[in-house]
Amino acid sequence: MSLLEVDDLTVTYRTGGGDVPAVRGVSFALEAGQKLGLAGESGCGKSTMALALLRLLPKTARLTGEIRFDGEDILTMSWGRLRAVRWAGASIVFQGAMHSLNAVQRIGAQIAEPIRLHSKATEAEIRRKTGELLEHVGLPARRADAYPHELSGGQRQRVMIAMALACDPKLIVADEPTTALDVMIQAQILTLIESLVAEQDISLLMISHDLSVLADTCDRLAVMYAGRIVEEGPAAAVFGAARHPYGQALAAAFPRIGDPASRRRPQGLAGDPPDPAELPTGCAFHPRCPARLDHCDRVDPALWPTADDDRRAACVHVLPDEGLSLLTKEPA
Amino acid sequence: MSDPILSAEDVHVEFEARRGGGRARAVDGVNLDIAPGEIVALVGESGCGKTTLARTLLGLERPTSGRVLHRGTPLAYTSKALKRFRRDVQLVLQDPSGSLNPRHTVYDAVAEGLRIHGDVPNERERVADALSRAGLRPPERLFLRFPHELSGGQRQRVVIAGALVLEPNVIVADEPVASLDASVRGEILALLLRLRDELGLAALVVTHDLGLAWNIADRVAVMYLGRIVETGPVEKILTAPEHPYTQALLSVLPDAPGSPVVLQGEPPDPTRIPSGCRFHLRCPVLASGAAATAGVDGACRGEDPGVLAGGTAVQAACHYARAVSSSTGQAAAARP
Repeated sequence: MSLLEVDDLTVTYRTGGGDVPAVRGVSFALEAGQKLGLAGESGCGKSTMALALLRLLPKTARLTGEIRFDGEDILTMSWGRLRAVRWAGASIVFQGAMHSLNAVQRIGAQIAEPIRLHSKATEAEIRRKTGELLEHVGLPARRADAYPHELSGGQRQRVMIAMALACDPKLIVADEPTTALDVMIQAQILTLIESLVAEQDISLLMISHDLSVLADTCDRLAVMYAGRIVEEGPAAAVFGAARHPYGQALAAAFPRIGDPASRRRPQGLAGDPPDPAELPTGCAFHPRCPARLDHCDRVDPALWPTADDDRRAACVHVLPDEGLSLLTKEPA
Repeated sequence: MSDPILSAEDVHVEFEARRGGGRARAVDGVNLDIAPGEIVALVGESGCGKTTLARTLLGLERPTSGRVLHRGTPLAYTSKALKRFRRDVQLVLQDPSGSLNPRHTVYDAVAEGLRIHGDVPNERERVADALSRAGLRPPERLFLRFPHELSGGQRQRVVIAGALVLEPNVIVADEPVASLDASVRGEILALLLRLRDELGLAALVVTHDLGLAWNIADRVAVMYLGRIVETGPVEKILTAPEHPYTQALLSVLPDAPGSPVVLQGEPPDPTRIPSGCRFHLRCPVLASGAAATAGVDGACRGEDPGVLAGGTAVQAACHYARAVSSSTGQAAAARP
């Protein structure tokens, strides 16, 4: 059994202007100790996915499908059980530590809060644990008395990671954990996350717009576009030789320095990611697709195993020869 | 190199720090030249002074000492002279959502520069021309749109069109694609390259992204704590850097070869710039003992490697790099 199994998850926001499908049938599994990267651009549904995993979405969001964490279905779980799973089973490192920390509370108190709620530890034990957690993420224990504004962006992100580790979770969901940090600080934080995940055998679901960072940190990668996973497979294979034209374009958008192919040749895609409220017909990527075929505006391919094992892509180009007749069926 | 169109000559910019923290030397001695039709990338981490330097080159900030030259003439800080200067040197801001007035149509946003400069004839034609040069075609369809009706990439193109409408020779772009999606970024960068090829437009692109420099720049200047510490052609600096700071920056990129050199700590504070080489407290070459072997560790701690000259030559402000590049080990050891 996988630690986390997501099966045909959909999230639809109900708005005044009608229903907006943000996540449109996403399935994936994350094994214990594995690191999965979820890549995509703004509006592709990746952050909605992250929040859905712990039912953190607003009331306007309607969810269908299944999310099984450690064998239990998150979507049908009681509130009491869900509160136990949050922090202690799975925790989230949000993007923008600036806004996720309470500005008027010392960071030690913020780290202590989940521990106090989830264990029967005494105040002295909690204080000791808080100090240990800070040391663990590379901050001196005495910084527990600091307020968030006294810390730099990188240090605040370290505090967020300490909070996420506070209740010894099995899964950490990191939503853009290094966005807005400088490259050197980003490298520090990624090294920290990698070493913590490895030494405590935690599973990691890391969400980012930066495919190159994910490819470097994670074992497997999933690329989302317009609320769907369009490509999934081992990290190096997806980043190095994507099958889906969108995966290829996204990988090419991160130039490899020293590679003559990208020198003075910035790679991009015409057009913009689609608005979830007005998705194109057929394959949602077809208006921007450089490899579009005539029927791509009518057929919407499912995520399909590619010829080489262990990889899936949702594109007519990866389908076997019998092709179109398979499109509406589920892969065996 | 042909005569530079825009230069910084030993520019220093100091600010009074908050809470009586002394003076911050945001830019601490910089020479930089931009030639016609040249794209220069100014790279560095936040707080290194790159944005302050760019603002100074635009005349938005007055240097505490040193000067800015426009076609060889020192910039005069009268409003009339600055107005004339800004016809030729235009700013493209990051975050187009913040730099466009939400109540102005695309047409008004682009025409604003013309109106400020009193260039009323052919306004409509020139706005249309600027928009189509920025890749927004057909331009008439966008005239009456408001910023919120556009995508992020389109908004950035409108900002660029606003800069182009006055037909400048240089644009200074501060993180022009940082707020855009990866797949859209390439198109905007390709636009900057095309404007250079078609109009001979020079650009100073301020960025933290070394990949962007590789994608479009001819030359790169790496800034650390108020100084340019290494500069030269992109092919050289990004594939065979000599300054340990540039080497570290490149080594931590996700798909860089070799093992990453992760510098510890945060960049130091511009109110307290270390003596000697300003990078020595974090320098992996000094920490590893390699600088001592080359006999320059004393210099690293006690001697400022100096301000790099302008122009296009390959230069690194590093005692160790200088010692190693001077031919023999003996010569290296003999250097002060």
